[in-house]
Amino acid sequence: MFIERIDIHPTHTRDKFKLRCGKPFPFGATLIPGGVNFSIFSRHATSCTLVLFDKNSPEPMAEILFPKEFRIGNVYCMVVFGLDYENIEYGHRMDGPNNFKQGHWFDNSKILLDPYAKIISGRDIWGVQPDWDNIYQYRGKIAFEDFDWEDDCHLDIPSEDLIIYEMHVRSFTKHPSSNVKHPGTFAAIREKIPYLKELGINAVELMPIFEFDEFENSRLNPQTGEMLLNYWGYSTVGFFAPKAGYAATGKLGMQADELKSLVKALHQNGIEVILDVVFNHTAEGNEQGNYISFRGIDNQTYYMLTPEGYYYNFSGCGNTLNCNNPIVRGMVLDCLRYWVSEYHIDGFRFDLASILGRDPWGKPLINPPLLETLAFDPILAKCKLIAEAWDAGGLYQVGSFPDYGRWAEWNGKYRDSIRNFIKGDGNINDMALRLQGSPDLYAETCRTPSASINFITAHDGFTLADLVSYNHKHNEANGENNNDGENSNDSWNCGVEGWTENQSINDLRQRQIRNALAILMISQGIPMLLMGDEIGRSKQGNNNTYCHDNELNWLDWTLLEKNVDLFKFVKNCIAFRKSHPILRQSHFLNQDNSGSTHPDITWHGTKAWNPDFSDHNRTTAFMLCGRQIGRNKKKDDYIYVAMNMHWEAHNFEIPKLHKSIQWHIFANTGVKSPEDSWEPGNEPLLDNQQEVLVGSRSVIILVGK
Amino acid sequence: MAINLKQVADVSIIEIEDKNVDSRTVSNIQHEIMPLIESNSKFIIDLSQVSYMSSGGLRMLLSSYRKVTAKNGKLILVGLSEEIKDTMSVTGFLDFFHHSENAITGLALFLEK
Repeated sequence: MFIERIDIHPTHTRDKFKLRCGKPFPFGATLIPGGVNFSIFSRHATSCTLVLFDKNSPEPMAEILFPKEFRIGNVYCMVVFGLDYENIEYGHRMDGPNNFKQGHWFDNSKILLDPYAKIISGRDIWGVQPDWDNIYQYRGKIAFEDFDWEDDCHLDIPSEDLIIYEMHVRSFTKHPSSNVKHPGTFAAIREKIPYLKELGINAVELMPIFEFDEFENSRLNPQTGEMLLNYWGYSTVGFFAPKAGYAATGKLGMQADELKSLVKALHQNGIEVILDVVFNHTAEGNEQGNYISFRGIDNQTYYMLTPEGYYYNFSGCGNTLNCNNPIVRGMVLDCLRYWVSEYHIDGFRFDLASILGRDPWGKPLINPPLLETLAFDPILAKCKLIAEAWDAGGLYQVGSFPDYGRWAEWNGKYRDSIRNFIKGDGNINDMALRLQGSPDLYAETCRTPSASINFITAHDGFTLADLVSYNHKHNEANGENNNDGENSNDSWNCGVEGWTENQSINDLRQRQIRNALAILMISQGIPMLLMGDEIGRSKQGNNNTYCHDNELNWLDWTLLEKNVDLFKFVKNCIAFRKSHPILRQSHFLNQDNSGSTHPDITWHGTKAWNPDFSDHNRTTAFMLCGRQIGRNKKKDDYIYVAMNMHWEAHNFEIPKLHKSIQWHIFANTGVKSPEDSWEPGNEPLLDNQQEVLVGSRSVIILVGK
Repeated sequence: MAINLKQVADVSIIEIEDKNVDSRTVSNIQHEIMPLIESNSKFIIDLSQVSYMSSGGLRMLLSSYRKVTAKNGKLILVGLSEEIKDTMSVTGFLDFFHHSENAITGLALFLEK
């Protein structure tokens, strides 16, 4: 039986357009039989006009006022029939009060982007100078939401098994040495999947890929004359649209298909996709900023405003999205649901997430509705939620971010502790906690080690190679007189600031890099590796390269050849982590010794069973026993790790095990490649089973089997 | 006419005659292809005259492919320009199709079992 619906027929006519009252949900532009359903919220607007452009036209081809009877509550909704939807661009004009103190910014002369636009044109090809006279810069387009995923689904990798690789889409392949067909794009990442697979990571975390304008606040560096851009993209224009300039097919408007195709291919290779999302502010900036969307649609709803009508600036970027307003909360939820269901995204890392826990006046909430909503949402139920648990307004919530049993955190304390320990300034007690997944931060509230995203380096701050080569930041190229970027880096240059030919300093740096990576991979919690650290990437001491579209950010693939030894070391460390469940426990250690003569973790010093937790001690060792009946009831080996951050070598007495078990050496950062690490399973037997010499500033990892 | 139809044995060769396959032309093409798909099961779609294929055009191809394979038929694309092939490759469309250099090599694919 087939009976035609009667709502495929128009009820109204305006000029050449056939119309009908639309459906209020879903918001945005939705393809329906015969037409397009447009729906947009505004609480304070007095009228709304749909503005239609032919693709790339400077002037609109039509403006259709939403008839009064097409407004349901605070939602304007209208079906327009017979549109050539592949070739139109749309926006809205909103009329309403314009009163700064009351927070109203309505201006009928502005054409506004739909907050729910799924495709945005205007910056279709990266780096092409925009025409600033264009009356409508960022244009909503209608998306086909019909990608053929075949049997693809979310990978649902258990959190404790994740090994995250933080990367920037353009930086990963833009360098000429990348040898890909479309450098700097989603398509190029797909070409490089074999590399990621060989490295062994199982999740990529993409720095912002929501549409942004690389030309926002673009300027020339006064010293070099070089164009500085909004390169990293932490400034969202549209939350539902992928960045067109990151797609080889952005010029054809096919960025959604290209990104989906990348996600599908990554999934086929066992790699999850986590997006770095920026909900703390938008690209509209402060009171001097441009009208793009929200401020002209309903400024008072979308932004946190002072009683005088100014923007609160908890983001450090001019404005603050009003995340716990119910309308905005709904938008954030719709957005994440969309990315999970439409793009098969596996998780999100929330930039300056503490803002998401503030009320509309900026006060931190005990039980923030947005964070709770996301934690309990049925569609987001399996995806990873990761908070950058601080903001630019001084809220620091590492260890106390409202988690509802779901949220993990970028563990800034892990980063600080490991950095200090490696340079010889650490605190052994603190270090012991970090190695165990930071129980001091997470155990009391019944969270697991997976609450801790362990990282030593990330996009903000030094790369690992720079961390061991610079005492101070060198951000002159940013054109801000070296005033931007973090001052406290806990870094050590090993004797000379920056590049040197001194072999012993370079050897020490190589060792320090390996120490850091080895410690990262044997810590409980979720390790996150920064793109390029596995091949010694440097940013010349710049710790805030947000504005550079050049070699400072682009990954130089010739490093893979130059530092192939390091790459092999990292690869082995990752494989080692993957082959030992005892390194990836879903509960805190020191709780369980059932089925074994040893507890799951024991601490040692240069003398076995005699740990020294005194101040200024620079050596420590621990042993993990995998003989408990743990996860999957699979028994693991013993693992012994000795860390000597003293400038002198020390002999470490190794704990004696049952005579059937012998110690093998997996890694020793104190010796040169290829003997710095071994493929898991092929570790050579240790000659001396009683003690091992750990060289100055070195880490040794043994496996007892 | 948006297409030119040739029959070689039991294979229908559909040559698309529009230079641009986009929302302006795609419904005509679809209109002409669909009845053919109902009545046959072996197809070659020849795109050698096509220089631009929009997102909607690619969807028309995939939709045709789905209809053909749903009744155990076979559809081969031939004459893809480098650019169209590249677009199809990075957006994942190419993975679905058998494709070949030209109609003759395409026909050979039907002879292989």
